[in-house]
Amino acid sequence: MEVYLPIANLAVNGFVIIGLGVLTGVLSGMFGVGGGFLTTPLLIFYGVPPTVAAASAASQVTGASVSGALAHARRGGIDYHIGGVLVVGGVIGTGLGALLFRTLQAMGQIDTAINLLYVIMLGSIGSLMAVESLGAVRARRTGRPVTARRRRHHPLVASLPLRWRFYRSGLYISPLAPLLLGMATGILTMLMGIGGGFILVPAMLYILGMGVNVVVGTSLFQILFVTMATTMMHALTTRAVDLVLASLLLVGSVLGAQLGAVLAQKAKPDVLRLVLALIVLAVAVRMGLGLGWRPDEIYTVIAQ
Amino acid sequence: MLLCAETANAPVLVPEVSQHDIRVEQGFTGADLLLYGAILPPEGQPPEYQSGADDYDIVVVVEGPPRAVVVREKRQVAGIWINAASTNFRSAPGFYAVASSRPLTQIVDPRTAAIYELGLDWLQLSPIGSIDPAREQRFAHGLVDHMQRMGLYHEAPGAVTISHHVLYQARIALPSSVPIGDYTAETFAMRNGRVLASGTTRIRVDKQGFARLIADRAEHAGLTYGLCAVALAIAMGWIAGRLFARV
Repeated sequence: MEVYLPIANLAVNGFVIIGLGVLTGVLSGMFGVGGGFLTTPLLIFYGVPPTVAAASAASQVTGASVSGALAHARRGGIDYHIGGVLVVGGVIGTGLGALLFRTLQAMGQIDTAINLLYVIMLGSIGSLMAVESLGAVRARRTGRPVTARRRRHHPLVASLPLRWRFYRSGLYISPLAPLLLGMATGILTMLMGIGGGFILVPAMLYILGMGVNVVVGTSLFQILFVTMATTMMHALTTRAVDLVLASLLLVGSVLGAQLGAVLAQKAKPDVLRLVLALIVLAVAVRMGLGLGWRPDEIYTVIAQ
Repeated sequence: MLLCAETANAPVLVPEVSQHDIRVEQGFTGADLLLYGAILPPEGQPPEYQSGADDYDIVVVVEGPPRAVVVREKRQVAGIWINAASTNFRSAPGFYAVASSRPLTQIVDPRTAAIYELGLDWLQLSPIGSIDPAREQRFAHGLVDHMQRMGLYHEAPGAVTISHHVLYQARIALPSSVPIGDYTAETFAMRNGRVLASGTTRIRVDKQGFARLIADRAEHAGLTYGLCAVALAIAMGWIAGRLFARV
């Protein structure tokens, strides 16, 4: 099924794009991450211009996180107070990201910057997750419990001025901490076309010290609004959102997400985390090699 | 259509293109242009009565809208390949394909090739601000190489067939990623390295229907377009969630 993408200006096989959506949708349903970290690189690999790929992947993440966020909202798994602060930070972040995007684009370094961000972010998060989940798997095998990490926010967070009480998360911290965290994920969403769930969740757990029962729901809540803001920001600045591409991805990913949610209930959570860590690391390694290898194309042409 | 005879007893060239309007719409996967026509001998003589060595060479050039481009060159810096240098060109065609009845080097000399822009080596790219010819050459080669990989620049020696010394035809494929705009198809009848006759036909490549609507909205109504994209994403996510919740 050949489909013409009016913004990317090329014809693609619709089934390949839907399949890609299913793949990332399964990941998002299984692991609670948006799956954008896989969509953007794969789209670029398929020949879609990087800007269009990042801009259109954001709306896919919106679609994939809607049903998850609603499910968590029904269960009371969202801290709207801290979530609101995160969203405000995230929206500011997308604005900063748009400025950064334009500057890097003018310098001709946007592709390198995106690749480097992928390698650094995915490499570090992937290794952390791999180590942690390997430990958990080993502990389950040997029957020896891992010493539970004391849930406490990072000392740097405690040093920030102005403190608010976030009851649902059980925190008494400065709102600047979630605001900055939200901004960081907003910038990444704008640049990389990812939701940032795989950065947000560990950061909420280990830096903010939020309660486990509200972490996933609140992160989905933040991702939902920040990817919406990102789509709007791209529509207004880069004008690179391809509705046809986004629709194809959405069809695949919303179905995949449901499938993934079913699969997730059957698998062991620590094994799931290990698999996700390996996928994340594989993407990071592939992108890292791409930076180091001599590229096929030394010259690139950009129309002005 | 424009017809011009180079010399008094030059042959008359009647060029035609299978499509003057290429509609880029949903389902567009590229287009196959057929360029054909006739070379009529001077003074209406049938070709059989022409003196020897009357075989013409035909060269067909399809050229897309020119645009200003930046060509960036990657170099290895601290172990990674990054864009390290760039050059601007004022007018690189968005599409360029040349088909000829024999390899171009056998048909024209470099001077004629440069004058008529026959072949990828002879594109007039108008570099800006470059003083070093070697560097300019390197970037121009890079540009041509990149565009060839994208399928937008193409040389097809031997792709023009001439039947009965009168009729010629050539196929030029436009990939789905062709830029929209006004194209020209130029046909040259040549002998002994000289252009005897030439003719130009215009082709318009334009987005139509749904593809045009989407591209137009994205460009001119960013706010509504963005809201549509967001609404679509939420609706689809929500519907899928509801559908599967019941199963």
